[in-house]
Amino acid sequence: MQILNSSIGRKYLMGLAGAGWTLFVAGHMAGNLFIFAGPEAFNRYGHAIVSNKPLLFGTEIFLVTCLLIHVGLGLRLTLENKKAKPAKYAKKAVNAKKPSFASQTMAYHGTIILFFIIYHLITFKWGPHYDVTYGTETMRDLHRLVVEVFSEPAYVAGYVFCLVLLGIHLSHGASSVFQTIGCNHPRYTPVIKKLGWIYALVVVVGFISQPIYVFFNLRG
Amino acid sequence: MKMNLKIWRQKNANDKGHFFNYQAENVSEDMSFLEMLDVVNQDLVKQGEEAIEFDHDCREGICGACSMVINGNAHGPERSTTTCQLHMRSFKDGDTITIEPFRAKAFPVIKDLKVDRTGLEKVIEAGGYISVNTGNAPDAHSIIIPKEDADLAFVAAACIGCGACVAACQNSSAMLFTSAKISHMAHLPQGQAERQRRVLSMVQKMDELGFGNCTNTGACEMACPKDISLENIALMNRDFMKASLKHR
Ligand code: SF4
Ligand code: FES
Repeated sequence: MQILNSSIGRKYLMGLAGAGWTLFVAGHMAGNLFIFAGPEAFNRYGHAIVSNKPLLFGTEIFLVTCLLIHVGLGLRLTLENKKAKPAKYAKKAVNAKKPSFASQTMAYHGTIILFFIIYHLITFKWGPHYDVTYGTETMRDLHRLVVEVFSEPAYVAGYVFCLVLLGIHLSHGASSVFQTIGCNHPRYTPVIKKLGWIYALVVVVGFISQPIYVFFNLRG
Repeated sequence: MKMNLKIWRQKNANDKGHFFNYQAENVSEDMSFLEMLDVVNQDLVKQGEEAIEFDHDCREGICGACSMVINGNAHGPERSTTTCQLHMRSFKDGDTITIEPFRAKAFPVIKDLKVDRTGLEKVIEAGGYISVNTGNAPDAHSIIIPKEDADLAFVAAACIGCGACVAACQNSSAMLFTSAKISHMAHLPQGQAERQRRVLSMVQKMDELGFGNCTNTGACEMACPKDISLENIALMNRDFMKASLKHR
């Protein structure tokens, strides 16, 4: 297919797949905030999600597909681009001609984020399964697991570090996808860029607030 | 002013190449960067050494021949400026200036600071022709072009094909250049008949020639001496997608 055989077509796909995750992380982050509403609300929220099978599987399939596309095309793109620039300059571009740090290092934080996602799933999704009963309902006690995990200073530090990388990744990616799909306009683009930054910031701060809160307030 | 120069010398495409140190004495701040190199070259020739080769032609910022990376920046530190239009007043007495050729797989070094940018011409060639009526020249007002469109076409047409966008891009992508050409024609009625065919074949050629993939770093736009905007790339992305979906 012409689209897949061209750099622009692949870029579209990669960007849109990234946008899928961009939207997802905001939802995930918002859900995490239930931690502030206490153990029961947090667990009930988690339970509601895993009980809704169509939503759960639909989202999972969507996310895995997006991840495979994003990572697969990203890998190919990085390898091709390394080949296209066989020799580096002795000096780096500076001042008025220096591109943003985030945009130049997407492959690096991208890779770390990929491993983080896998590790994150191992810790929580496939992690220890505690039970808790509210009234007649028994459900997974995710709250206990979260408190356990985030009582570990090293884990909190690693988590915060990876989340900052995600923020950097998003600070470029969230607005860059608009350019990729062809939305660039002198009136809107500066606004889109700012919103991209704000989006990244809100997502990161929201995510980080959970381990910080747990570590300082709920640690056993 | 006195300048310390670290200049890349390379005999031919197969040679490995190295930096050599030179001194430029009595540099006036009113000299252009190329004039400063002329003086260095004259001294080299006087001493029986080979002159440093670099591309140049118009020396007034319109031909796109001059090409070098100065302290890591394509066309030097100033925005919207070609190397030939860069003046020594942009530097300070005693500065060390590192000068390298444009680097990209698609731009093999010919000698020293000279690179082969034929690839860009091949991309233009791939754009093909536009259909026009033969016969007498039409009346100047017979094709109506809104001023805004004419301006956008003109701004895109300002691209001088220097290749700084490719040089500055960490992926050696030629998107800015190609999009300038696409956008130039896309804004004019004369460009409509072959619009889809043109974008498909130019992008295909660009990919074929080993230019890298765009990752929206924006380095190209910053390095471009003619201020070609990323807006053109967005237009090209849009046009390309439309064309690949419609095309049979
Ligand atoms: S887009 Fe700008 S940097 Fe690229 S070739 Fe044209 S004038 Fe040179
Ligand atoms: S020599 Fe013509 S643009 Fe610099």
